[in-house]
Amino acid sequence: MEKNENLIHYLLMLGDNSMILGHRLSELCGHGPNLETDIALTNISLDFFGQVRSYFQYAAQLKGEDFNEDKIAFLRNERQYYNATLLEQENNDFAYVIVRQFLFDAFHKELLEQLMNSKDTTIAAIATKSIKECRYHLRFSSEWLKRLGNGTEESHQKAQLALNDLYVYCHELFAESEVERKMKESGIGADLDAIKHNYLAIIHQLIAEAQLKIPETIQRVAKGKLGFHSEKLGYILTELQYMQRAYPDMQW
Amino acid sequence: MSPEINLEKAFQDRIDKGEKIEPKDWMPEKYRKTHIRQISQHAHSEVVGMLPEGNWITRAPSLKRKCALLAKVQDEAGHGLYLYSAAETLGISRDEMIEQLHSGKAKYSSIFNYPTLSWADMGAIGWLVDGAAIINQVMLTRTSFGPYARAMVRICKEESFHQRQGYEIMMVLASGTPEQKEMAQDALNRFWWPSMMMFGPRDEESTNSELSMKWKIKRKSNDELRQQFVDNSVPQAEYLGLTIPDPDLKWNEERGHYDFGDIDWNEFWQVVKGDGPCNKERMEARQNAWDNGKWVRDAAMAYAEKQSKSKSIAV
Ligand SMILES: [Fe+2]
Ligand SMILES: [Fe+2]
Repeated sequence: MEKNENLIHYLLMLGDNSMILGHRLSELCGHGPNLETDIALTNISLDFFGQVRSYFQYAAQLKGEDFNEDKIAFLRNERQYYNATLLEQENNDFAYVIVRQFLFDAFHKELLEQLMNSKDTTIAAIATKSIKECRYHLRFSSEWLKRLGNGTEESHQKAQLALNDLYVYCHELFAESEVERKMKESGIGADLDAIKHNYLAIIHQLIAEAQLKIPETIQRVAKGKLGFHSEKLGYILTELQYMQRAYPDMQW
Repeated sequence: MSPEINLEKAFQDRIDKGEKIEPKDWMPEKYRKTHIRQISQHAHSEVVGMLPEGNWITRAPSLKRKCALLAKVQDEAGHGLYLYSAAETLGISRDEMIEQLHSGKAKYSSIFNYPTLSWADMGAIGWLVDGAAIINQVMLTRTSFGPYARAMVRICKEESFHQRQGYEIMMVLASGTPEQKEMAQDALNRFWWPSMMMFGPRDEESTNSELSMKWKIKRKSNDELRQQFVDNSVPQAEYLGLTIPDPDLKWNEERGHYDFGDIDWNEFWQVVKGDGPCNKERMEARQNAWDNGKWVRDAAMAYAEKQSKSKSIAV
């Protein structure tokens, strides 16, 4: 039983990352800088929500009884969401969207590559399916990072500003939680320490190619994945949960 | 006969024979202008049309519905893209067309100036608005201008999927709790008449129709299309157990069609002229997206130029 609880918690962490970032991207639908980018960002959002459904369907199955993907997605309280704090950051401008995406995609790719070998065959299957999407996302976000960094004076400044603000949230991705440690030890979850090295190498190289500077590191480690979020998550949940809260127990 | 008249006659003969006109073919200036106007307005409608439904993406009631809605709104962006490309073959750039939208010179379908106030509106829009659009667009698959006709073939397939999806949302609501059924009825009440208006003014007041018929842009009149919409929709509403908000709606045995009440033409013209419930919000949203995106588009352009320069130096 305890094993299942940890596994369910781990699935929520994975699913919440995809859901909260997918939500942020979905806010942009219809408001992109041009149609092509609008379509691409919506596509990425759709990929994330596809992953969310896979993770939460599995979690619901483990929880049994009367659980389903929507109950898991929409009916938890703020402290019971376990996404990394990076992903709930706002779409201040397109540079924030791209930098947030890039910092996560590079991590996500390493993570999924490990999870493809998970002892849990369902997680391994989800990771195998998601990795293709993730590689495309990383290509998209790193291409744009280079465009913004090397484009105009203005785009360079905006990209640097976004990087300065968001880079601090990278630490959290590797701060191993209790659940992550247990999942790693049982061969189900990823080894974050092993990912960290590759991750930093990749992002540092691309940040250099974009002619941007790595900001001075701040030591504070955000704790979103432990359920201690920024104030922004509450507003995301207000929208995300609106229908399920206002009209409980209905079919849609 | 002057050479110009010969050309025009040969052009009309081709259309009458059902041949497609391609961008490089000779065409009367008026034909080109009319198509630029119509195709770009159609493209703008697809893009502005993303906004009312986009309004509910973050609040969709289930993950499945959220994905379907995201995909639908994304399809509309794709329709905008094909249509802008079709118009570009006639010698106008996408940026110019977008300028015309923002300046108010180009119009878009008035239906998108109505607000979406509940989840049921996603159902009503799919069922009625996409439904009305299909009636128009199926006709346009046989229009004389090749790129437009081909874009329509592609688009129509997706639109009928949207319509089924919308109707299915309505079906779930109409067979749900009393609250859900009320939500569905309210959405039908609000979207019925604006959908009827999508077919444009009555035939006797429609200014462009004669030329449009001659060039096969239109093969049926506004009133014929509107009748077709009513005839399709009544049994669909009955099946849902919902009531179309028109007390004059009645089967006419003699005509073999439904009779229906009068559209509020004051409201129609008011919204067309820019004074609808959301005209201002829609234009502001488009203008903001465009203005806020300028530095992004500039950066992409600057980067592409630098790349091609460094390549040519390397060679
Ligand atoms: Fe469309
Ligand atoms: Fe559609």
